[in-house]
Amino acid sequence: MAETRLVNVSKSFGAKAAVRDLSLTIRDGELVVLLGPTGAGKTTTLRLVAGLETPDSGSVAIGGVDQINATPAARDVTFVFQQYSLYPHLSVYDNLAFPLRSPVRKTPEPEIKRIVGDVAAMLRIEDKLGNRATQLSGGQMQRVAIGRALVRRPAIALLDEPLSSLDAKLRSELRIELKRIQQDLGATMLYVTHDQIEAMTLANRIGVIDQGRLVQVGTPREVYEDPANTYVATRLGSPGINLLPRGLFPDLALPADVATIGARTEHMTVRRAGGGADARVKWIEHLGDQNHLHIMFNDQKIVSLVEPDTELKVGDSVAIEFTRPLLFDRAGQRVR
Amino acid sequence: MTGLVSAHSVVDPSPLTKRIAAIVVIAYALITLVPLLWIVMTGFKSPSDAIAYPPKLVAEPTLEGYCNLFTTRSRQAPEYMAKLPPASGLCDRISRDRNMVIAGPSNYIPRYVNSLVIAFGSTALSVVLGTLAAYAFSRFKVPLKDDLMFFILSTRMMPPIAVAIPIYLMYRELGLSDTKLGMILLYTSVNISLAVWLLKGFMDEIPREYEDAAMVDGYTRLQAFFKVVLPQATTGIVATAIFCLIFAWNEYAFAVLLTSGTAQTAPPFIPIIIGEGGQDWPAVAAGTTLFLIPIVVFTVLLRKHLLRGITFGAVRK
Repeated sequence: MAETRLVNVSKSFGAKAAVRDLSLTIRDGELVVLLGPTGAGKTTTLRLVAGLETPDSGSVAIGGVDQINATPAARDVTFVFQQYSLYPHLSVYDNLAFPLRSPVRKTPEPEIKRIVGDVAAMLRIEDKLGNRATQLSGGQMQRVAIGRALVRRPAIALLDEPLSSLDAKLRSELRIELKRIQQDLGATMLYVTHDQIEAMTLANRIGVIDQGRLVQVGTPREVYEDPANTYVATRLGSPGINLLPRGLFPDLALPADVATIGARTEHMTVRRAGGGADARVKWIEHLGDQNHLHIMFNDQKIVSLVEPDTELKVGDSVAIEFTRPLLFDRAGQRVR
Repeated sequence: MTGLVSAHSVVDPSPLTKRIAAIVVIAYALITLVPLLWIVMTGFKSPSDAIAYPPKLVAEPTLEGYCNLFTTRSRQAPEYMAKLPPASGLCDRISRDRNMVIAGPSNYIPRYVNSLVIAFGSTALSVVLGTLAAYAFSRFKVPLKDDLMFFILSTRMMPPIAVAIPIYLMYRELGLSDTKLGMILLYTSVNISLAVWLLKGFMDEIPREYEDAAMVDGYTRLQAFFKVVLPQATTGIVATAIFCLIFAWNEYAFAVLLTSGTAQTAPPFIPIIIGEGGQDWPAVAAGTTLFLIPIVVFTVLLRKHLLRGITFGAVRK
């Protein structure tokens, strides 16, 4: 286990810049989540750490040792892919043993047997070891893949959306199991996802990435409560943050450079108001665990959460009051 | 719910459909197998029964065709025949009934061995080269990749025999005429385009993630190729090998043109087996029957792969 440090790393594919000037340190035993949409450069960042891609500039160091010229095999990393995480032509046992049998490790067979037994116990798949990998369900495959990546005790485990091909129920189960295993082993992990819930629940720190640039790094709370710009603000929270033009609320006393008001549910109080108010309840969306209140205010849609037993009805006039909303300037940067 | 279960599934054929399909397939198989059956039966007929008109469906079976296939015989005067010691073995007896003695073995076995060496040799070479080329085309940035792939395919855009004369002259100059090496190289060059194109399709289907994973797991690219790519490409390699083998095994035109002696394969040899008074049809049929066996055995042994090979990629895994 060791610290992994990326310094000013850039990588382009042809004319397309995948990662731009990215610096990030993953501390020993820490789980850092890279959060961003498809094509933001998350996977490329992982592949750069693994050595599957070579950066155009910048450096990658693991445990204080520069890795730029090291092959993937020589770096002490493991990688869990979104799909195709297990070798389909091998049994579960052989899949777990595969990295241990590699020429760089050459673990003796009795040792392999012991380690594989331990992983199987940790993942509770002792009875599946003889199966072909393809006989496992999708959830079992990803569990084995994650266990396989962690049990080798790498300097850093790299996980590329390992749960995104699973259904919602399985995903939430595995999320918890992944966190448990990571904490039990004290594993260092760099985890890539576009799922904000995964990021919020798993991460010690979240790095929000946009078009190859790391926009903000911080604990889940910091990133959620104190976003650096509108991009970060929109990545977290459900329902999403309401970004409202300042002109909509001319009466509010705000700093001069504020162009946008960012309001989440907790920044707003919605009350029923007299007939003169411009805001009206458009509809109330019952999602089961959440109830979304859709309000139209001067052609601007505002979404908030309400209690299921709210007295508000469709068509009601409402007044909105803000409590310490997030403020952004014309360029989308936070005004503090 | 229960009411719906009895409804016809759109996907699964009904028992009646299955039965009709089976009857059609069996009928088709019987029709296509008739010529084959005729060949096999002819192999067990006497020369006169084989050319009888109207054709004899049922004839008294004899091994004369097989004896004639494996031996050369010479006609002798009755006085000479009388002085010989008693016949030793079945073929000896059959020959003597026709006033002939066995002079020695025929060339059938050497020609058959030539066929085996050349067909399997060129198949192995095509598949090995094809696999490596297909992997490179599938995974690496090869300069002029599309042009090269097109060039490889273009070698099959005319019948190979169209270039028979230049190849004949070239082979004579190079000393490759009538050599096994020459035939192996020739069949390989014809089959390689098929092999590269087929195998590239299979390689493209194997996700690169497996190699990436193997490289992170401590293997080099070459080791990853052998440990991870090859096992998953087995189906494609086997299917390709069967196609290559069938071509090389059955090839006739170049074999006639370029081989006559030591390297002659079975296809040009079998039809010219001459008996007394012309073609020895039972021997030809016997030679053909035995010639079919290796390809049938090879295909049957690997049929599971062949079927999966043909339908590969049709079903998303």
